[in-house]
Amino acid sequence: MDQLKIEVKKLNFHYAGNIHALKNISLPIHQDSVTALIGPSGCGKTTLLRCFNRMHDLYPKNRYEGEILLDGDNILSNDIDVIGLRSRVGMVFQKPTPFPMSIFDNIAYGLKLKGVTKKSELSEMVERALKHSALWDEVKDKLHASAYELSGGQQQRLVIARALAVKPEVLLFDEPTSALDPISTAKIEELAMSLKEEVTIIIVTHNMQQAARMSDWTGFLMLGELIEFGRTDKIFTAPSEKLTEEYITGRFG
Amino acid sequence: MAMTSKKNPVDLIFSSITAIASFSVILFIIGILYVLISESSPAIGKFGIAKFLASTDWDPVKESFGALTNIYGTLVTTVLSLVIAIPVAIGIAIFVTEIAPNFLKGPIGVAIELLAAIPSIIYGMWGLFTLSPIMSTYVEPFLKKITAGVPFINILFQGTPMGIDILTASTILSIMIIPFTASISRDAFNLTPAVVKESAYALGATQWEVVKNIVIPYSKLGVFGGVVLSLGRALGETMAVAFVLGNNHRITTSLLDAAATITVTLANEFAEADKDIYLSSLFYLALVLFVLSFITLAIAKFFLLRAERKYSR
Amino acid sequence: MTREQKRKTEGFIALLLSTLAAFVGLFWLVFILGDVLVHGISALKPGLFLNDPTPPGIVGGGLRNAFVGQLLITIAATLIGVPVGVLGGTFLAEYARGRNIARLISVLSDIMVSVPSIVIGTFIYAILVKPMGHFSGWAGAVALAIIMIPVVLRTTEDMLTLVPWTLREAAFALGAPYYKVIIQVVYRGAATGILTGILLSIARVAGETAPLLFTSFNNSFFSMDMQRPVASLTVTIFQYAMGPYDDWHAQAWAAAFVITLFILLLTIAGRLIIKWRYK
Repeated sequence: MDQLKIEVKKLNFHYAGNIHALKNISLPIHQDSVTALIGPSGCGKTTLLRCFNRMHDLYPKNRYEGEILLDGDNILSNDIDVIGLRSRVGMVFQKPTPFPMSIFDNIAYGLKLKGVTKKSELSEMVERALKHSALWDEVKDKLHASAYELSGGQQQRLVIARALAVKPEVLLFDEPTSALDPISTAKIEELAMSLKEEVTIIIVTHNMQQAARMSDWTGFLMLGELIEFGRTDKIFTAPSEKLTEEYITGRFG
Repeated sequence: MAMTSKKNPVDLIFSSITAIASFSVILFIIGILYVLISESSPAIGKFGIAKFLASTDWDPVKESFGALTNIYGTLVTTVLSLVIAIPVAIGIAIFVTEIAPNFLKGPIGVAIELLAAIPSIIYGMWGLFTLSPIMSTYVEPFLKKITAGVPFINILFQGTPMGIDILTASTILSIMIIPFTASISRDAFNLTPAVVKESAYALGATQWEVVKNIVIPYSKLGVFGGVVLSLGRALGETMAVAFVLGNNHRITTSLLDAAATITVTLANEFAEADKDIYLSSLFYLALVLFVLSFITLAIAKFFLLRAERKYSR
Repeated sequence: MTREQKRKTEGFIALLLSTLAAFVGLFWLVFILGDVLVHGISALKPGLFLNDPTPPGIVGGGLRNAFVGQLLITIAATLIGVPVGVLGGTFLAEYARGRNIARLISVLSDIMVSVPSIVIGTFIYAILVKPMGHFSGWAGAVALAIIMIPVVLRTTEDMLTLVPWTLREAAFALGAPYYKVIIQVVYRGAATGILTGILLSIARVAGETAPLLFTSFNNSFFSMDMQRPVASLTVTIFQYAMGPYDDWHAQAWAAAFVITLFILLLTIAGRLIIKWRYK
């Protein structure tokens, strides 16, 4: 039965006190599926994505209004343990961001934060995460080399493995392939789609073909508002809103 | 990329003038080395190298000179000042980059620059009139008391607390070094890209964990370079230390004793050296200091360049 | 304690210690500046600027000769050091840009910026004071100039490099020779930055004592003869503070106050200019 992993209810978001970046957004995120957020530059899709793991908390004067329910609990409330939230909702960024450590230590980082210290446990979980992100064969002989020695595409898969190691329930992708070559892009897309059996995926992309290829659900945003949300094949073949149609057909953006 | 119009004579003249101006730096370094070596050659001839560096003599009357007491004082005050200064400086850098609210970051940065701009003679004078009495009246007797029964440590605090000693000099030096080291560390910390920090937060790290596990390792080349640079600066400090060190040529284990550094010896004795061999030995000291600090600063620059190269990828 | 609580507590303590460190740093600034202010202001009187020193032990002297001398030496050092530094930086950023010699000189300059200033004093003693047979204001000025040159050179190089290359290309496209491009276009673009670098280098040498100790030495009489020893505020502070007289100590505080004020104003002005121009 298709459950809602996340429900966004009347979300409003203000940057730095008074820039109204997200206006009254409500949308569902279905469990074990890939949801894509698309829209022209500045439409708020990344802003919305960063609400799901409360990244905005890191910078002063940001303000949320409304609710985001994760399995029924409002993650925007003040009682929520944000640190704990972030190990349930992971994130992959636009540029690969390996830590200044070895490949092994990168993957193990999130695990060590959570208290896993036994070497055998760590090794096992690191191997599993690397296999999951299709990087294991390429790095298994150099786990203790610096992560900086990997290529861009490999680094991005490393980062995904790192996020997967802590077994998140939701994984947020912020334009994960815009800095990569086409071959690495294809690998990452394949990877993301294969993960959806266990992890709910939300991906922000400015590449419409990518959204059409990868996702089950799509939300189209413009100027901070959700214009339309629905099944990907419907959005891309028979959108209900005129604006959606104009964006899809390349009339603007 | 450089373009000298071979046809334009003014360009030729201008480029030559600017080239000569820039070569002055090389000229100074070579000139200083040459002059120092030539002025110290009588002393080098008389005392040799190893013997001079290892000798604790400093007797203008018997005309016997050695560098060891001065080198010892230089090293002890410098190292001690760094031991005090580095944790404080890094703490300040962490505060400014992570903890301080945005509106405070600018003013505190300015405060650090102002501290760094205060001339060393002011620090020295303040040390003499204000810090030294505080040290001799409160701090040093206190330290003597609490370490009295502790073996090994109490050796550090023997003697009468007069306030004119290694401890006071090192304290002043450390206060001088703190803003310098803090400023360089802060710049190094700021080079960590926000996305990398955000990635750590996204895994559920606390703010301190991000600083400890990500920012500090990422910046360690820059911070280390900054520390070595501070070491180089501290080695050559004269006026901050001259007022409160005492200029007593001896090797001592007690921090409450007066001592001598190369710089303070030069400051106090250079203008009064009456015999040629005396003056030559002082030049010899200056040579030792020049070589020592040049090497230290070169090492620092090496690390700082490595840091720059790593991050402009 | 749960693991989560332990992590949070450890973080809290660490960040608390960092905050304490910042306050310790601030504390020294306030303490030292406050002391200089309090002691200095109380000794400030017109006589300090108008009178010359009286013989040791006799009250009522001033530091007119030291103020004038410091000014003379600093101005002379600036006149020597700034042109050499600016021209040198120009070579590194323009004619020699990207070449190995430029990188070498740049690195050596950075090292020279932090070399012990007292060593420079001994150097000048050997090449200027000994041949002349006596101390002189010029020797002091040259010593300070040697300290200034690497500072000005590096800031000039940095500021010129900040000017976008396309600006030069536009001037070349109009048929201008390189030296004209530099003087008329690039210098203009980097002017505020270079000026700030000059201000900060003056602030740096205005407070130097060690290089003057055996070059310009000191002079208890009023003299503007740069070929003879010249009084300077910094060396006088050294002499007076180490001396036995309370009167001398008071004057030393007053001189320290004036120098610190001057240098802090220069430094603040420099930072403000950079902020305003490069916002």
